Amino acid sequence: MKLIRLLRLYLRPYRRLLTLLVCLQGVQAMLNLYLPNLNARVIDEGVLKGNTHLIWSLGGQMLAVALVQAVFAIAAVFLGARIAMSFGRDIRNALFARSIRFSAREVNQLTAPSLITRLTNDVQQVQLLVVMSCTMVLAAPVTVVGGLILALHQNARMSWLLVASAPILGICLGILISRLIPQFRIMQERLDNVNQVLREQISGIRVVRAFVREPHETRRFAKVNDDLTHTSLVAGRLMAGMFPLVMLVVNVSNTAVVWFGANLIADRAMTIGSLIAFLTYFTLILMAIMMATFVVVMAPRAVVSSERITEVLHTETSVSPPKEPVRAFRTPGTLELRDVAFGYPGADALVLEGISFACGPGQTTAIVGSTGAGKTSLVNLVARLFDVTSGAVLLGGVDVRELDPDLLWHRIGLVPQRPHLFSGTVASNLRYGRPDAGDTDLWDSLEISQAADFVLAMGGLDARITQGGTNVSGGQRQRLSIARALVRRPDVYIFDDSFSALDLATDARLRAAMRPITAESSVLVVAQRISTIIAADQILVLEGGHQVGLGSHEALRQSSPTYAEIVASQMAQPDAA
Amino acid sequence: MSTETRPETKESTSAPPPASGPMGRGGPGSFGMPLERSKDFGGTLRRLTIRLLPQWYRFVAVVVLSITSVTLTVLGPKLLGDGTNVIVKGLFHGGPGAIDFSKLHQILFLVVLLYLGAGTAQYIQAFTLAGVVQRTMQRLRSDVEDKLNRVPLQYVDRSGRGEILSRVTNDIDNLAQSLQQTMSQMLTNVFMLVGTVVMMFVISPVLAVVAIVTIPVSTFIIRFIAARARVRFTAQWDNTGLLNGLVEETLTGHAIVKTFGREREVEAEFQRTNNDLFEASYSAQSISSSIQPSMILVGNLNFVAIAVIGGLKVASHSLSIGGVQAFIQYSRQFAQPLSFLASMANLFQSGLASAERVFEFLDAEEFVPDAVGAVGPDRAKGRVVFDHVSFSYDPDRPLITDLSLVAEPGQTVAIVGPTGAGKTTLVNLIMRFYDVDSGAITLDGQDISKMPRSVLRSNIGMVLQDTWLFAGSIRDNIAYGNLDASEEQILAAAQAAYVDRFVHGLSHGYDTVVDDEGTAVSAGEKQLLTIARAFVANPCILILDEATSSVDTRTEVLIQNAMEALRAERTSFVIAHRLSTVRNADVILVMEDGQIVEVGHHTDLLRRDGAYARLYNAQFTGAAVEVT
Repeated sequence: MKLIRLLRLYLRPYRRLLTLLVCLQGVQAMLNLYLPNLNARVIDEGVLKGNTHLIWSLGGQMLAVALVQAVFAIAAVFLGARIAMSFGRDIRNALFARSIRFSAREVNQLTAPSLITRLTNDVQQVQLLVVMSCTMVLAAPVTVVGGLILALHQNARMSWLLVASAPILGICLGILISRLIPQFRIMQERLDNVNQVLREQISGIRVVRAFVREPHETRRFAKVNDDLTHTSLVAGRLMAGMFPLVMLVVNVSNTAVVWFGANLIADRAMTIGSLIAFLTYFTLILMAIMMATFVVVMAPRAVVSSERITEVLHTETSVSPPKEPVRAFRTPGTLELRDVAFGYPGADALVLEGISFACGPGQTTAIVGSTGAGKTSLVNLVARLFDVTSGAVLLGGVDVRELDPDLLWHRIGLVPQRPHLFSGTVASNLRYGRPDAGDTDLWDSLEISQAADFVLAMGGLDARITQGGTNVSGGQRQRLSIARALVRRPDVYIFDDSFSALDLATDARLRAAMRPITAESSVLVVAQRISTIIAADQILVLEGGHQVGLGSHEALRQSSPTYAEIVASQMAQPDAA
Repeated sequence: MSTETRPETKESTSAPPPASGPMGRGGPGSFGMPLERSKDFGGTLRRLTIRLLPQWYRFVAVVVLSITSVTLTVLGPKLLGDGTNVIVKGLFHGGPGAIDFSKLHQILFLVVLLYLGAGTAQYIQAFTLAGVVQRTMQRLRSDVEDKLNRVPLQYVDRSGRGEILSRVTNDIDNLAQSLQQTMSQMLTNVFMLVGTVVMMFVISPVLAVVAIVTIPVSTFIIRFIAARARVRFTAQWDNTGLLNGLVEETLTGHAIVKTFGREREVEAEFQRTNNDLFEASYSAQSISSSIQPSMILVGNLNFVAIAVIGGLKVASHSLSIGGVQAFIQYSRQFAQPLSFLASMANLFQSGLASAERVFEFLDAEEFVPDAVGAVGPDRAKGRVVFDHVSFSYDPDRPLITDLSLVAEPGQTVAIVGPTGAGKTTLVNLIMRFYDVDSGAITLDGQDISKMPRSVLRSNIGMVLQDTWLFAGSIRDNIAYGNLDASEEQILAAAQAAYVDRFVHGLSHGYDTVVDDEGTAVSAGEKQLLTIARAFVANPCILILDEATSSVDTRTEVLIQNAMEALRAERTSFVIAHRLSTVRNADVILVMEDGQIVEVGHHTDLLRRDGAYARLYNAQFTGAAVEVT
């Protein structure tokens, strides 16, 4: 089972502490069990015989034992918490280290939101199980076994009662839980449905209102809400039986102890004190069993979570660093693709095939093509977020797979399709790729990316940026994202559809301003708008992952039907209308 | 659960000023875990109780059942003690043979019956309570959903979608769970405490006083520990929030982190935060878990005290041995509810904090309801007039001042301007997502603020760049525009919007299930679907937002054509990015910084050589495409 393997692997560094914990819990439980024994003697030898002196001395012993027990118990709690929390921390570290080394391929496959949930919620689930086990359950076996031995010691002839009632409790709880777990699963699904409808209503609030569909939405919600309530009721009512059931078994067993105990006392085979001690052992043992079942209830969720964690830990990154990295470019500022093909493992069709082009310093290569033509995949290959299936990507004359990743990723300026800003300030975002950049460098880049005006309006470089950059508009985010790449002054600029969120005028100004600083670098531009790419030195036309044209705007209009069609679709309209 | 939804602010749909203050409270950090305790404990508890009131008869039943169950349970040890006394009496008076077994068995039989009764009562209590809780949660959920229909859009735009979503889902879940888990136990334990105290006084007032001394002692210990734990728990949630934020940020910006060479820094930062989290959660967990052993210690001390004093009393014949036995059981029973209540307190607190957040949402200001008896045209002709309209999201930043404009039926109004100029604000006003500050917008001469919103909006069709599909079949998604639409109407709309073409390529045709995040249809196809929706609705006024990105050229042509067909014979407001739209528009509004700087027709505006001319020329810098 994945859960067990995960526990074993990540608890291993703490096996000494765990052993110590088991000892602490054992001693703690034994002492707790010893108390009823003393109590029995207080009653038999003290109270019944009217020996006040003995009551005082035994009472003193009980106090001492109780104190020591508490010290051990609290020490066990601290140690248990330490182990469980370290366990959680280590798994989170391992998961994070894994995910950050993933290539874009693995991130796409597992998806970012899912990775986030795994790193947080799922780890929390498993950690909770470990906490509960360490602090509450570990003592249970000691209590059960020790309690049994002591009970036997008090009176062996009564022990069959224990043998009978413990399984009854176990079976009753087992039946209840086995019926509860499927209900929980259904409940989870229905809860997801409720949340799904609410999520849709919030994200589509303008559409809902625009079409006056509030009553319809309310009906839709009422249905999923009823479904959820129904299952919650079933589960809640099953749960309702749990506690009374345990108490019933415990209490009826206690009564049985007195019933049969009386016979033994009558036969002088047992003392009253023993009877009372026996009662206490009994209760302790049954309570320990109940504690253990709590963990059983929690286990299914932890199992699912551990599977999701293990999946990440077992996913290998498809982009591994070179064994003998090349640490210098041969021809700085150049980019070349040689007969590149790329396909996802397991998929029949290649996403890209037969792509070859070269781009020298100061040159711009534009990439056009319809959705799914492979433009973003190509960009990811150049940035080595993927590796090619065959062929080679050469940056500065060196195969990117042989380049030192530090060098590679320090010489690229990527502006992704969806701009992503980090929480912090404008300055911290701009310095993301070049921590030592001065303020003038930052302002220069902001000027070029047409972002200086609004950054000034926001209050300058120290203006706050919220997580994901949600406090600036989409176009502003895009311009900041461009500025961030410009600050690096890299060898290769990659703009993945980065200008589309800008209006045409801003787009044009930005491209004009960029020209001087890209004189030493190669520039790769993915775009939909013809006006954006028209001035490129060469245009690569992609269709269905194939390179169907490469050349200047004018040349392609003659030679490439696909390109001509794209141009026509954007240009013919004004005249036709 | 927990599909992460971040508040996304696409420029096309929401252009209000950034949310005031720091990120919303529930922000990215709260994966279903409300971060704080309630601020107004009493008030929230009262409101929660009021919500339970409609089911007061069930609640009364629950209380009666709790008392019954507790009374029966509490009598148990006393009777068992009587049983012991019977044995002891036999032992003292003439040896074991003298034990009155028939009396003993009678007592024990009664005890079993008591326990059975108590168990049954408790089961019915918890069973009923589950109903009360779940029904209350059902009501609360539907109230929240209802509320969603009544909050002004401003509220949604300001708070962020993720924040609201977290309130209406995570918080209600958390509340339901904590109520379900604590209510039954809390009731039982409180009554149990009372019942046990009463029984202890019945058996021996002196011993009872000894036992009761443990209450203040326990309370003191619990409060002492809890106060220390609280600080740590807060630190734990703070660090959890930080960590979650960091993870989310890193993974959604994965490509940037990698290509900007920040892997090592980010990993080091993660380990630092992770370690802080470890320290905080370690101390929070260990301190709060100390409550239980401490309570056991108090219980044991109490036990010793009772044994000693009880023994002395038995020796002096002022108490029976059965009495001591019963008392010991009571004192155990007595410590139990205390530690139970202590451990429940945390859970309950967190539930209340969630309840408070939900109530905050329910208290949010609502838009002004439609005037009583307000009427509007069922089918307007479509003459839209802006009469000296002023509006701003933020009083300090006037956005639209004194705008006047006439759109005759069937005309097209193109709204153009640079990014962030406030183009969507006009849409918000026409749809009455926001109300104007002064002036008026009229439809067919009637002030729209005096019309029922539903009537106004039924007259308007809206196709936004930010498409929205709900989880359902393609057919249902189209029919969303008109729930009464016949199959023919849906098909006709699908054909007009070029949806029909790609639907035939899908495995289940019109029954293919799509959702907003799904990949079954592309971004461009989503656009076409929303256009089909507008066709089905057949409105007289249209609001269109032309896509700027993420749609390939060929689909874009289809979208263009579909939008053009849709515009025919309808008054249209188009946020235009395309030259063809602008050129053919009857009126062009040029916006800059929230102001309408120019109004007019294409050729007039070009001749004026102002903002529009600049905008128009800018897109053809360095290119001679125009000549084509």
